[in-house]
Amino acid sequence: MLADALNSTPDGFAEALTLVDGLDDALVQGLARIDEDRATVLESFAAAFGGSPLADRIADTIGKIIAGTVTDEHLVVLAGARAALLGAAHDALRVSLDAALGRSRAAWSDSPVVSDNGHLLAGGRSWLRELAIAGWRGVDHELAGGAAQAVQSLLAAPGTRRLAVLLDGFAAELKATAPVATLPRIPVRRWADLWTRALLLSQDGYPHFEATPIDGRLVLLGVDLHEHPTVFQAQAHGLLETPDGTVRLVRTSVAAAKVDTISGPSAWRMLSAFPIFRGVVAEHRTVEVSGMGLTPAGDLIWDESRAAAGEPADPFAAARVRLGSATALPAAPLDRHPGALAEPVLLEGYGHAENAFDLGGGVSVALDLDRLPAAGPLTPALVGSSTACLGLLRWDGRWLLQPLAVQAVVRKKPVAAHTGDWALGPTEAKAAKAEAAAGTAVDVLRERAGRLLRK
Amino acid sequence: MTTDGADFERRGSAPVIAPVGPRKLAKVPFVELADGRLQGVVSSGSDIERVYVSSITAGDHGLSCNTNNNRPCGGLSGGSWACNHLRALADAAVAQYGLARVARYLKADLADGGDDLWSGLHTTTAPNRAAEVFASFLRHLSYLEVAPATDPLPELQWFPAAGAVR
Ligand SMILES: [Zn+2]
Repeated sequence: MLADALNSTPDGFAEALTLVDGLDDALVQGLARIDEDRATVLESFAAAFGGSPLADRIADTIGKIIAGTVTDEHLVVLAGARAALLGAAHDALRVSLDAALGRSRAAWSDSPVVSDNGHLLAGGRSWLRELAIAGWRGVDHELAGGAAQAVQSLLAAPGTRRLAVLLDGFAAELKATAPVATLPRIPVRRWADLWTRALLLSQDGYPHFEATPIDGRLVLLGVDLHEHPTVFQAQAHGLLETPDGTVRLVRTSVAAAKVDTISGPSAWRMLSAFPIFRGVVAEHRTVEVSGMGLTPAGDLIWDESRAAAGEPADPFAAARVRLGSATALPAAPLDRHPGALAEPVLLEGYGHAENAFDLGGGVSVALDLDRLPAAGPLTPALVGSSTACLGLLRWDGRWLLQPLAVQAVVRKKPVAAHTGDWALGPTEAKAAKAEAAAGTAVDVLRERAGRLLRK
Repeated sequence: MTTDGADFERRGSAPVIAPVGPRKLAKVPFVELADGRLQGVVSSGSDIERVYVSSITAGDHGLSCNTNNNRPCGGLSGGSWACNHLRALADAAVAQYGLARVARYLKADLADGGDDLWSGLHTTTAPNRAAEVFASFLRHLSYLEVAPATDPLPELQWFPAAGAVR
């Protein structure tokens, strides 16, 4: 039962996270200043890898860092070790959740194609090294802004967009909080997560997995929205039915660069290159897919020229009939992390507790209300009066349910609301008026860009 | 912010940047807290081709205001008494980031409950930074020209879209 998975912690899980916390704490003061207490913690971090293939390299790296030498090679070993622990934590959570949901998941079998972006990566790596040496507490305005040039060149090349988007979002947080020494609370795990991922993505030959062309019908379950100051992404979760009768649980995403003053419902305007995507999301239609690429990790690479809008299809009805038996796909090896879990589920027949759904038997699942975006119609009140919820189960220190759509009863009438309902603009009058006013911001900036950038 | 559950320090999705407030952009198309300054671009009231590039340094509260062609602003003219452009810049920054964040960044001495940013600034003059700030504005605008993307961006799971200010 789902309740069992939500209530239990896998064996060894807490110990793994304690090791991660020890390393993360060292990054607060910086690797140039390892005092005796932190040295002890780092030595136990190394000891935990005893007997593993990484044992010697980790022991050597930790020894050198404690002695005061921090090289790029040492940092890769640290990041790799941290990613290995969190990858194992991810696997343990996923296995228990899949068992509880009765979800079958394909095994990972693909071998990577090695990417070649070598010449572009050095700038990002040197910034990440400076950060690790200075520690979060040592981040001043100058260091926080030090990634700007690297981001510009990474953004311009198609193969390094992923790293550019990550570095830019990370740098924005450091810039917003510099000088970090005076910040009352530091997001220790978060910044270590972002640093680790960026460091691994900055290595030559980071593994990349090819997509395979596929035909079928995609039924959308819900849309998750992501944003930082310079990016907006809509990621749809759906069921892909192929002609051989297989139903796979997949994701498909569209993203656009933006600036911080474009946010809320008007951010959808930045996705104007994807009219079919926005239409099927807003109108809850199926998508006929012909020859679109599907990665082994379950990412359908959206392509407007390979998509056609189909019939209207209610996501709740689709989930009731098909979600339980759909095949899920595994995460790519280096993407395994508890924070990357976002497992679509349909919940019904729950009771309401404070910021939680009561699943009965004394078990409740907390609601991730911080993930209800301004760009969609879902509100805490709607979720609080809901009778059915399509959402993503996530893990962030505990299990959380992020609602993507709800069926509710408002003033005795049944209503449904989905995160993507405003993909073509808000459907509610007050929000539409606000969006029209905010939307002129996009026009003002585009006009300025046209005038100044093409001089 | 969540009060129960995991500590802020141990949450992968701990919120760091508060959502920016919506504001009109025609008068002040660009504001940022960067490089140790509150800086931005203010439209000229009279000439559509001209903008003023204005900045206030954090800590020293040094003022600078010049046109994009590097002419000094007549309203500031090397003094430490803010011109209308600097006032518009500060108003836009407060609308966008909130007074608390702007005051913290500039190290302004605001009395408890004080709501006037200028009352907490001990202004002085600062060197002309127009070229750097204008370059930053152009870089900002260049994001609007970056091609859209459909390849997976797995790290965006760490960046949920901004919630409504409810
Ligand atoms: Zn001026």
